[in-house]
Order: sequence, then structure tokens, then C-alpha cells
Amino acid sequence: MTGVIDQIGGMLAQAGYPAPMSVLTLSHYLFVSAAMFTLGMVGFLTRRNLIIMFLCTEMMFQAAGIALIAASRFWLNHTGQSFVIFVLTVAAAEAAMALALVVLLFRKRESLSAEEWAEMKG
Amino acid sequence: MHNLAGPLSQVASSADVGVPAQGPAWASLIVFLPLLACALCGVCAIVPAMRRTKLPAWITVALLGVSFVLTVLLYQDVSAGEHAKTVLVTSWEWFHLSWGDAPGQQFVASFGFYIDSLTVLWMLFVTGLATLIALYASEYMSHDVGLGYCRFFAAFSLFVFSMACLVMGDNLLLLYLGWEGVGLCSYLLIGYFYNEAGAVAAAKKAFIMNRIGDLGLALGIMLTFWHFGTIQYAELFPLVAPYVEALKAGDIGQIPLVVQAIPLLLMVGAFGKSAQLPLYVWLPDAMWGPTPVSALIHAATMVTAGVYLIARTYPLFAVSELALPIVAWVGTLTALLSATIAMAQFDIKRIMAYSTVSQLGYMFAGLGFLTSTGAAFHVFTHAFFKASLFLCCGAVMHGFAGQLDLRRLSGVSFMKGWGIVGIAMLIGCLNLAGFPLTAGFFSKDMILAEAFVTPGPGYALAGWILLVTAGLTAYYTFRVFFRVFVGPQHAEPGDEVHAHDGHDAHFHPHAPGWAINSVLAILAVASILAAGTYFIEKEQHGWVGKMVHGSTAAEIVVGEGEHAVRAAAFRHDLVGEHAIHGESHEPAGDHATPEEAGGSSIAHGSFLGMDPHAVMYYVSSLFGIAGILTAAYLHGPRGLFGLFIGSRTEAATSRADALVPALGPLVQWARHKWYVDELYDFLIVKPLWVLSHIFHLIDQLLIDGLVDLMGRLPSIGGRSIRPSQSGVLHGYAVGMASGLAFLLLLVWLLTL
Repeated sequence: MTGVIDQIGGMLAQAGYPAPMSVLTLSHYLFVSAAMFTLGMVGFLTRRNLIIMFLCTEMMFQAAGIALIAASRFWLNHTGQSFVIFVLTVAAAEAAMALALVVLLFRKRESLSAEEWAEMKG
Repeated sequence: MHNLAGPLSQVASSADVGVPAQGPAWASLIVFLPLLACALCGVCAIVPAMRRTKLPAWITVALLGVSFVLTVLLYQDVSAGEHAKTVLVTSWEWFHLSWGDAPGQQFVASFGFYIDSLTVLWMLFVTGLATLIALYASEYMSHDVGLGYCRFFAAFSLFVFSMACLVMGDNLLLLYLGWEGVGLCSYLLIGYFYNEAGAVAAAKKAFIMNRIGDLGLALGIMLTFWHFGTIQYAELFPLVAPYVEALKAGDIGQIPLVVQAIPLLLMVGAFGKSAQLPLYVWLPDAMWGPTPVSALIHAATMVTAGVYLIARTYPLFAVSELALPIVAWVGTLTALLSATIAMAQFDIKRIMAYSTVSQLGYMFAGLGFLTSTGAAFHVFTHAFFKASLFLCCGAVMHGFAGQLDLRRLSGVSFMKGWGIVGIAMLIGCLNLAGFPLTAGFFSKDMILAEAFVTPGPGYALAGWILLVTAGLTAYYTFRVFFRVFVGPQHAEPGDEVHAHDGHDAHFHPHAPGWAINSVLAILAVASILAAGTYFIEKEQHGWVGKMVHGSTAAEIVVGEGEHAVRAAAFRHDLVGEHAIHGESHEPAGDHATPEEAGGSSIAHGSFLGMDPHAVMYYVSSLFGIAGILTAAYLHGPRGLFGLFIGSRTEAATSRADALVPALGPLVQWARHKWYVDELYDFLIVKPLWVLSHIFHLIDQLLIDGLVDLMGRLPSIGGRSIRPSQSGVLHGYAVGMASGLAFLLLLVWLLTL
């Protein structure tokens, strides 16, 4: 895989683009992103505490953000970075609402377990 | 040579000159005044101050009375000239549909009136009797003053309106409107005591039975329009005239089968309305209605609508080979059957009802024997004496708290205040029994004689049956009279004691008041005077005969003078070229005297080798008096009027009881009305009931099942996948994750 990335780097250099800034290649970032997303998903699926689950979703958000920024830098295109700003904004608003909901849910059952809630059972 | 002086040629010639002249416009008031009375009774029901009075009765009596006076004026108007004339009065155009210019592409039915002497004859007794009976009912219904009183008189007036439409309408559709209208009013009035299950059932029975007949009538009217392209009498009868000419020429083959089918269908309607076999069973049950209703609707007027229909469309009936013989035989058998039932009943009102069915049978037989005069005359006389008989029974019922059982009443005439009722009853009974020189005697004779004169399938046998029936009639009539109205005084109250004596359960009969008595007196006198009309216009068989001859109901006469014979389609089958003439007294043969007819008595129909017209008076008197004497022997009280043949000393028993075992099951059968109701129940009601339940099951299981299945499918689908909705957050999360994994796997496999 590294060979492919170097090949792309070479092609970009030929086209007059500046050389990559460090030895860290795009694939490193994508690995980190994938690892974070998987951790977040596993955490979401395995934990029952609402706050932990919420934190796990935040982690998946950030994983997506890293992937976007890395790709953006890789393509020297600002669209991905500006998109991440939007994601962070939405995530902040969502965090406020989600924490408020968690507080409300906690007040109802005196518990943070997600299993307390199964009202939508068919 | 078919240039006849007969009335039918008048019809034909009036066709040449065009439609009949316009009559006086006020004639339509005869029809609309009863409708106004009906509306005013409705107003009385709304206004409380008027509801508590007898106002509805007085309104009805007054407006019907005016209607009667107008009818008398109309009679004078119509019969002023040499011949009774036909006039038309059109109120407004009711239907006028057209879908082309050709004749027959138009449907016209106006709200107009066809007034000839037949119309006037019918309207005279309809409005006259309606006025009298409304007066009677003002007293009879006095226990119901209030809403019931208003309802009664509103329906009563509506009936007279409908009957007037039926009789006076100038087209078959208006006749049909009236026909249904009288049926409706009959239903409303039979079911007047709607709290009683029997009355409700009887009303429904009458209505449904009439529906069967009315279907025939409706089909007949449709067929008439289909073939002739018109249902207006003034246009229809000229169109029938060519067929009548063909009939006169002996060329029956020229008459299309469609035309022959029309009377067969009209006939079904007539049988339903006039309670003939096999549709007669509703009339005895109709006695659940108040007695004035029985007298007016179910004895005097409505049930004669069938006779009127056939008389009005007589030319149509004459051109069918089958119609009139069927009418004759149905009438004869109905007369016999219902007379035998009447002999075994104990309820006096029911006996009168069966006697009405029986007398209607005579009228139909008369029509079948080609004597529409006899039929109309019998309708006329029967209207008076039967109304008076019913009203007498009603007075008894009113006075003795609903008691109608002849075993529980005796000697009513001799009680204080009941004299007029007794005398009116005696006169009515003499008429019904055909006692010599009464009106009923003359009218019945006319029909009986024609049975032996007119050639037709088994008419002589029918004549003998009717003669025997006349004897039975006399017996059952005087059975009522001898048991209820004379003899030792005895009265048990009926089951309406509470309704009569509010203060005390103790029963005391009350004699009829002035209204009932005066009406009974007038009717008794009228039924005597009705006999007198036979001697007016003697050469035309009485005043009624003159009225009939001047109308469309006139008998169809073939040939002239000595060779005149009344025609019917079967004429040539039964009568050779050489055979028949006679009927010399018919208007066509004004110069053919009875002597001429007597001179050829072989050709003339014969009664035991004698001229029926000459001997029938004596023969029928014989049968009538024999019936009366039998009744006197079996039921007469001891020592009445110096007659020592009676022996009855108490109300409940008579010599007839000893005869019952000797007659075996016959009496029981007759008492149970020959089980005709049970037979109909078994043959028609039960199978229909079973069929309807089968259909109900099919409807429930098959139709409803399919519909329900369609409705249940989504619900079944939903229920089957519902468990997937666990409501647990992790369930959904796992679902999403595995779905994502699956998709990724798919993409990976596809791009491999």
C-alpha cells in the first residue's frame, strides 16, 4: 500500500504540487480513524451506561473527522476541512441536547442503564 | 256489416272525431278536496288545541260531503244528453317524455281525469259512502280522540283521494298511483292499532300480498305502453278497436299474442287488490283495522278496484282467449271457497270479511260471464249492504267492548237502544242472502243468469256452483243474524272493557249514539233504494246498466238485432255458425224483444231447458230462502216471529252443534280456513325462510369472509414482524452494525 501512496506522491510532485509534509502518510491517518471508529462502535455496542455510549458516539464522530481532514490535506482541497467544522458544530449542539436527555432519563429511572428503556417494544 | 249501434262503435267513432271534449274544471276538486282534508288533519295533529277535539272528523266529513255533492253535479253534467258522454279534465301535465317524433316515441301521462258514466257510477258510491262512514267513524273512533284520531282521519281522507285518482285517472299510470295509494292507506289503517302484534302482521300481510298483484299490474301497464305506445285511455281504446273488429270478424289469429298477454297481467293485479284466489288471504286478516275501515276500504270501495280495472279495460280483456274464462272461474271458485269458510267461523266480522271475498268472487264471475253490467250492479248494491252490515257489526263491537263471538252474544236487537242496528242488520242480511226483491237479489240474479246464457268453458257448471254458493251465503248470513241479533238476550263483554269504562272494571254495554244510528238508517234505506235502480231504464238492465253501457266497460256485441251475441274470443270454439244468438236485451239489439229471444231458446243458453233470464229469479230465490230456513232451523231462537222451527234458548249452543260430529273433519277444515294459510306458509313462507337463511350464511361466510380476510392481511403481516421491534437500544445498534457489515461484505465481494 505504501508503494501506491508513494506513486501518487510522485505523480503529484511531477504536477508541481509541494511534497508531503512528513513521513506520516495518508494511510496512517486512515488507520487511526478506522481504529477509533471501531473502538467507538464496539464501545457503543457493549456498554450499557448512557453517558459512555454517548462518549462512544462522539469518538466515532472524531474518527470520521480525522479521515475527512486527512483526505482533505491529501487532496490539498479545503472542502473536507470545512465540512469537519460543520460536523463539530453539529456535534456540539447534539452533545448539549444528548446530555440534557441523559439527565432527564436519569431523573426518570435513577439509573443510567440503557436497558431501563424499552418503551418502543412492538 | 259491422256497423253497430252498440256502445263499442261509439268508442270507435269517437276515435274518428278525436279525443273527447274537455269537461268542467271543477271536477278535479272531487279528487283534491279529500287531499286537502288529509292535510288539514295533519294540521290538527300539530296544533294541540285542535288535536283534543273532534275537528279532524268534521273536516273530513265536510270536505268529503262537498266532494260527493260535486260528484252528483258531475253526474248530472255527464248524463244530461241523450247518451252519457265522455269528457276529459286535465289538471296538469304530469309526465311528458319524448325521444323522437314518431308515434310511440312519446310517453305522456297527465294528472287528468277521464270521466264517463262508469267513472261517475264508481265515484258516486265512493264519495257517498266515504262521507257516511266518516260520520260513523266520528263516533266510533271517539275513544281515540287525540293524535290517533287525526292519524285515522288523515289516512281515511288520503284513501278517498287515492281511490278518486284510481277511478278518475285518464291514464293507466294515474290509476297505478291511486292503486298504490289505496294499498298504502289500507296498510296504514289495518295497522292502526300498531301496539297489537296481530294488527301489524295483518297490515304487512295485506301489503305484501298486494305487492304480488301489483307486480302483475305494473307489467301489464308496461306491456300496454310497449305495444300500443300510449297509456292514455282516450288514445288507447281507439287503438284496441281494430282488434275488437278482428274479433267480431271471427279472426282471432290477427290479434297478436302480446295483446292477449296484457289482460292476463292486469288480471293478476285485480286478483291481488280484490282478494281473489290465490291472493285472497289478506282480506280476512285486514279485519284488524277499525270497523269503519273494514266497511269502506275492505268491503265497499277499495276491494272493488279490481272489478273497476277489468271493467275499465274491458275491450283489452275481450280480445284475449283466456282472460275472461280465467276471471270467471277464479271468481266462482273464490266465491265457493270463502263461503264455506264463512259458514264455520265464529267471529262475526270475520264472517263478513269472507262474505266480502265471496261476493267479490261473484263480481269477477260476472265480468267473466260478459255481463259487466251485472258485475257493476253487484258492486253497487254490495257497497251499500255490505257497508251497512260491517257498520252494524262495528256498532256491536263498539257497544260490547270488542265482543265479536257469535256464541257470546244473543238478542242484541231487543236490547234498549239497539233497534235501528237490528233493523239495518236485517235489511243488510236480506240483501246479502239474496232474499227476493232486495237489491242484492237482483244484482246476483243478473250474474247467475248470465252464467247459463254465455257460452264459455264450463260456465253452466260455474253457474250451478254459484247457485249453491248463494244458498250457503244465505245460511251463513242468517246464522249471524239469528244468533246475535234475535233470541234470548245475552251479552258477554269483549277484551276491551278497560278501554270503555275508565272508572270501573264493571261492564255495561252502551247503545250506539246518533251518528252511528243515522248512518245505519241512511245505509239501510239506500240499500233498499238500490233495488229500485233496477227498475229505472229497464230496457238497459237498470240505471247501473245504462251507466255501464255508456262507458268503455260496455259488453262487446257482435252482430245485429236478432243475431246479436256478446263476443268473446272463445266464441268460435264453442259456438258453431248456426248456434248462438240471443242476448236480445243488449243495447245493440234494441229491436230484438224478449219474445224473439224466447222463440229461439235452443240457441239461447238454457237452464234445465228453460230461459235462464226468466227462471233465474225463482231458482235463486229458492236457494236463498232454503239457506235462510236452514239457518233458522239450526240457529233460530224458539218461537221467533211465530216461526216455530227454531229451538235455540241460550246464546252458546244451537242445533248445528249436533251436526258437527256427523260432518266429520269437514267442519274443522272449514273452521281452519281449509288450512290455506298453513299451506302458503309451507309452500312459500317456509322455503323462502330457508332460502334466506342459506343466503344469509353464504353472505356471512363467503362474502364477509373474503372482505374480512383482505382487512386482516396487513394486520397478520404486522403481527408477524412485530417481535423485531424489541425497543431495546442495543438491539437496534446491533442491527445497524450488522447491516453495515453485511453491506460492506457485499461491496467487497462484488468488487473482488
